[in-house]
Amino acid sequence: MELLERFAAGDLEAFEALFRQHQRDVYAWTLRIVRDSGIAEDLTVETFWRIYRARERFDPVAGNFRAWARRIATNAALDHLRHAHRETELPEDYPAATGGDTAVRTEVRTHIRQAFLKLPAKYRLVATLALIEDEPYDEIAQAVGISAALVKVRVFRAVRMLRKKLNSLGVEATTK
Amino acid sequence: MSDETTNKMAHQENEKELQALLKQALPPAQNTELQRDLWPQMLRRLDAQPLRVPWFDWALAALVAAALLFFPGAIPALLYHL
Repeated sequence: MELLERFAAGDLEAFEALFRQHQRDVYAWTLRIVRDSGIAEDLTVETFWRIYRARERFDPVAGNFRAWARRIATNAALDHLRHAHRETELPEDYPAATGGDTAVRTEVRTHIRQAFLKLPAKYRLVATLALIEDEPYDEIAQAVGISAALVKVRVFRAVRMLRKKLNSLGVEATTK
Repeated sequence: MSDETTNKMAHQENEKELQALLKQALPPAQNTELQRDLWPQMLRRLDAQPLRVPWFDWALAALVAAALLFFPGAIPALLYHL
């Protein structure tokens, strides 16, 4: 029996093999969304826990395990963003901004971060992946489970909300 | 050039500007390489899974609940036998 078939049948060894094959990809994808290595590790385990529980729904013949895992990981990360939505502090290991000091002052960067973290989770998720991580719209669409057109709409709305928030803080969103 | 095209170009320009600002304030994630194997953590999670109640236990509980609802007089008898 193939690995995916054994996994779908509940074989723990097959699940372990799939876990070891895909844990890096799930972790890297999750880290791009939540931007905290500790949380990304926990969410990777949570993702595979959900995968294991849903194994009977996976079609080993037609199913794409990587895409399925990424979609479950995106949902787990979105659930996390929803619950951590009100936190305005950045994670401890958030990468420090380098360069651009002359163009954007520290205060402006802080305002942008705060405004960004206050975006509703579903907009923050697509905006993070599209605007910061430069992930293609098609890839985001597949991971979120919506159309590429809807991803574009959400990015547009996120930009509009962000600009509005920045304007209310008296920040002029210009790089010049 | 039509107004619609001008607006579209202005919007794209705005989005690019904001994207540049965002990237300065929130740089893309670096070092996305997983530093350790998470399988031991996964095993702990699997071991900690709650006991699954078989479907027939739920069906039995539902039958008893329905019976007590329709025949409340059976409650003392049930309590006596417990």
